[in-house]
Amino acid sequence: MRKRFPEFLSNLISKTRIISGKKTATLRIRLSGDYFFKVITAAVAFNVFIILGFMVYKIIEKSALSLQTYGLGFLLGTTWQPFPPDPSRSPVFGALPVIWGTLVTSAIALLLGVPISLGIGLALSEFAPKRFTYAVSFLVELLAAIPSVIYGLWGIFILIPFLQNSVYPFLQATLGFLPMFQGTIRGPSVLTGGIVLAIMIIPTVSAISRDVFAAVPNNQREAIVALGATRWERAKVVVSYGRSGVMGAIILGLGRAVGETMAITMVIGNQFNMFTSLFDPGYTMASIIANEFTEASSPPVYISALMEIGLVLLVFAIVINVLARLIIWRSLKIVRGAEMT
Amino acid sequence: MDNVYRVFYFHVEEKVKKMNYKTIAIMEAIILIAVIAGFAVYTMYFTKQSVKLSGAGATFPAPLIQKWSQVFNDLTGVQVNYEGIGSGGGVKQHTEKTVDFGATDPPMKDEEFTAAPGTLHIPVTIGGVVVIYNLPGISVKLNFTGEIVADIFRRNITRWNDIRIRVQNPNAALPDAGIIVCHRSDSSGTTKVFTSFLSDENTVWKNNYGAANVISWPQDSLGGKGNPGVATLVSQNQYSIGYVELSYALSNNIPYGKIKNAAGIFIEPKVESLATAAAAVSLTLPAGDQSWASVGSYFNLHTVANPGESYPITSFSYIIVYKELNVISGMTLEKAKALTWFLWWITHDGQHYALGLSYVSLPEAVVAHNEATLRMITFNGQQVNNWT
Repeated sequence: MRKRFPEFLSNLISKTRIISGKKTATLRIRLSGDYFFKVITAAVAFNVFIILGFMVYKIIEKSALSLQTYGLGFLLGTTWQPFPPDPSRSPVFGALPVIWGTLVTSAIALLLGVPISLGIGLALSEFAPKRFTYAVSFLVELLAAIPSVIYGLWGIFILIPFLQNSVYPFLQATLGFLPMFQGTIRGPSVLTGGIVLAIMIIPTVSAISRDVFAAVPNNQREAIVALGATRWERAKVVVSYGRSGVMGAIILGLGRAVGETMAITMVIGNQFNMFTSLFDPGYTMASIIANEFTEASSPPVYISALMEIGLVLLVFAIVINVLARLIIWRSLKIVRGAEMT
Repeated sequence: MDNVYRVFYFHVEEKVKKMNYKTIAIMEAIILIAVIAGFAVYTMYFTKQSVKLSGAGATFPAPLIQKWSQVFNDLTGVQVNYEGIGSGGGVKQHTEKTVDFGATDPPMKDEEFTAAPGTLHIPVTIGGVVVIYNLPGISVKLNFTGEIVADIFRRNITRWNDIRIRVQNPNAALPDAGIIVCHRSDSSGTTKVFTSFLSDENTVWKNNYGAANVISWPQDSLGGKGNPGVATLVSQNQYSIGYVELSYALSNNIPYGKIKNAAGIFIEPKVESLATAAAAVSLTLPAGDQSWASVGSYFNLHTVANPGESYPITSFSYIIVYKELNVISGMTLEKAKALTWFLWWITHDGQHYALGLSYVSLPEAVVAHNEATLRMITFNGQQVNNWT
């Protein structure tokens, strides 16, 4: 791509020469079809840079006030009080509890969702009969297409009563010695949020890991089978061969979990809280924005503080995605390198 | 990643290849022309000559205003488009003069009023906040005082059989169970009304939590988005307590408690007791073109001479318009007449539609007050309409 661009530009210049020069007939032929298509698609593709750049610029601009007022304290503070009871005091914004909530729910999502997703990926690429593969692939992709508000509703009306009445009491009875399973059991809680997120990241992680496993060269499988390996051993080889690709898949899943808004808002309990128990209600960055942005018209620093949470979220998202890209590229290179030799 | 999409689009591509591209192009062109022609015909014949009014603001009265605009359109052909974007947005758009009328639950604050000089406040309906709870086996309506409700929501009273609750409810067998507090997580006028009431009734509440659209609640409470979110939390958690808008509780049959008012009576929130509260404050209402900030986000019955059977957490929802309508760009005499007519209609005949949607209709005294306000409306200095 880097090489083609100047060539494409010089093309444009030579075309203009023709226009100012002589024949209109050649001009029509040379400018029609492919060339125009190329220009249009390039212009459309370039929009991505403009949109992203504009978004980053706007978010930084809007959060400038909060950045100046609270500095680093914004990330470390644990109080969120846009309207202090004493009106003469200025508002206080500290985002640590929402960052904490986002990290913990995402971690739970990965912990529960990744093993299931890898299982799906392995089954689809290694063991399952073709017809079954189509059916499961279809269903997994269907999961990705369900709007997140549906996950939220399902979480409230089906998952929460079930977890609250059966699973959580059992967890507390067996693992109650751990601080994270102590305290009063609440249906809408950090753990519920994490479980819903786990289900939501399964399509992403399993689809990518299936592709990663499918890209493992067959000679690897043949070699290990020839050595008399069992299916389990074969699976181990496939996974370890594609491990960096799997890492990439996991990180993309993490990206999805971090940014999820609607479903998590409906099941996490929306409480600004430095929780220690997973049964406590919590809050995430995305859901505090969704909850409070609509009516945050004054004071100006309030909107700015919400924007700064958006900025933190954006930084999270960019870091996660760049990391995932790097890892996936590396893994594909390794795989391709192996194919050549 | 690429493989995912390749699998997905493979079949589609195959099919497209089989069709002739020319056929596809012609089909698309025909569809496009048909859509454009249809749209042109539609705009020519169906929206002919109708006057259009736009409004935006509070979400609480939105269903009622939309019902009004629908019936009013059937009656007169005037189109009223209302968007429920929140009270803050309503005041903002009114101040920026981008809508013909705004709507807000709390009256405009003094600084907002000075930013939009010549604003008229027209109360159009009445709202109330009710305390809902989930107590299995208790069928009587529980009695609360403002003081006790504040103590519960600030986690000072943590069990249902606390002596302070039992004293007010000698007939209820209150369980020895921990109270789960549920509140609105989104920025909401309902929270503002509720916490304003708690602040006036309980000084500890006032000093620690205050009154606002968003406050920092005690750590072990649960937040739900919107009235449905809080109602779901309460219905799913035994021994929980929360607060919602009365119209929501009524239309969803959620049990709620009685609250003691300034006259010392426990009042059940219902249409009548809310209307009584509005009638009780109607004597103290400022003139329509004055600042209404003194009315506050709810009716503080301690400042009213004779509260009687008034429910203590009651408030108006307002439509705000300019006294001189020519300040709004695109305003014509015809539009000004339609707008004033609409406002007159909703505060009179339109009130009959309130009850069906679980809203409270305005008492006579407030309607009379609105009549005086609506007569102030002018366009280019001329009174728009002179009703008798």
